[in-house]
Amino acid sequence: MRFLTLRREIVCREAVELVTDYLEGKLSRGDARAFEAHLKACDGCEEYLRQIKATIEILGRVQPEDLSEQTRNGLMELYRQFRAE
Amino acid sequence: MRRQEPGWTVAREDGPPRAPYAARVSDEDLVRRLRAGDETAFSELVRAYHPSMVRLAQTFVPSRAIAEEVAQDAWVAVLKGLDRFEGRSSLKTWIFHILANRARSTGVREQRTTPVDLGDEGSVDRRRFDEAGGWSDPPAHWSDEIVERLSSGPFFAQVQAAVARLPDGQRAVVTLRDLDGLSSKEVCDVLGISEANQRVLLHRGRSRIRATFEDEVVKR
Repeated sequence: MRFLTLRREIVCREAVELVTDYLEGKLSRGDARAFEAHLKACDGCEEYLRQIKATIEILGRVQPEDLSEQTRNGLMELYRQFRAE
Repeated sequence: MRRQEPGWTVAREDGPPRAPYAARVSDEDLVRRLRAGDETAFSELVRAYHPSMVRLAQTFVPSRAIAEEVAQDAWVAVLKGLDRFEGRSSLKTWIFHILANRARSTGVREQRTTPVDLGDEGSVDRRRFDEAGGWSDPPAHWSDEIVERLSSGPFFAQVQAAVARLPDGQRAVVTLRDLDGLSSKEVCDVLGISEANQRVLLHRGRSRIRATFEDEVVKR
């Protein structure tokens, strides 16, 4: 009977709050469908989702600083001490 | 490799992505070698995890120097606790969990609080919606050129600054999920938070960073 239920349409202000749950696969099937339906009809929210995806991509490109020789040597010394104990 | 401020570097765009260390060596094998005093095993482990550990520690403590100390302390605790490692989580998660706990308690000692802020906060400035909840000021299109600029070396300092400005909980989650590529389950284990809490912090963190990038794009 669920197909007979009239689900209130999602508005943009709500859609932007569902983005992470959607990307994480945590929306119920009904909510995911409503979210996707909204996106299809809304350029602003479609662009918003694209920007969030781009943001994740950009964040993933920042690498931590490589290990310095000095730090590595210090840690190896620590390991040797630990072994000697 | 291009140097940025301490604690960060830019990914080499031409180089291969770093293979996840845990994917190449089994934890069981690694722990056995560490217990046996295999220096190569420890050296590889340090190379694979130490930089990310310092970066995570920095999300809790006020300086890079303190973050380095915390990471060193964590290694001592890891070595001392090796015999207690039961493989219930991955070795990486276990190490990062030890690190996060140390960083958190150090952060508190340094008089920096790490509140889990779950107050009401929208992802997008409320004024950009009309009364019905539709966009009145929708996001302007990010062209490929814009995304490329946001992904480029010169912009990384701003990416780092944007992450650094996040509230503590969001900063730790975004760092682990989006910078280090941990799964949500791993992040929950490392930080000792629930999946739902993790998702809220991730959502708010990513939303804020997007807004920061948008400001950058609009400015020019």
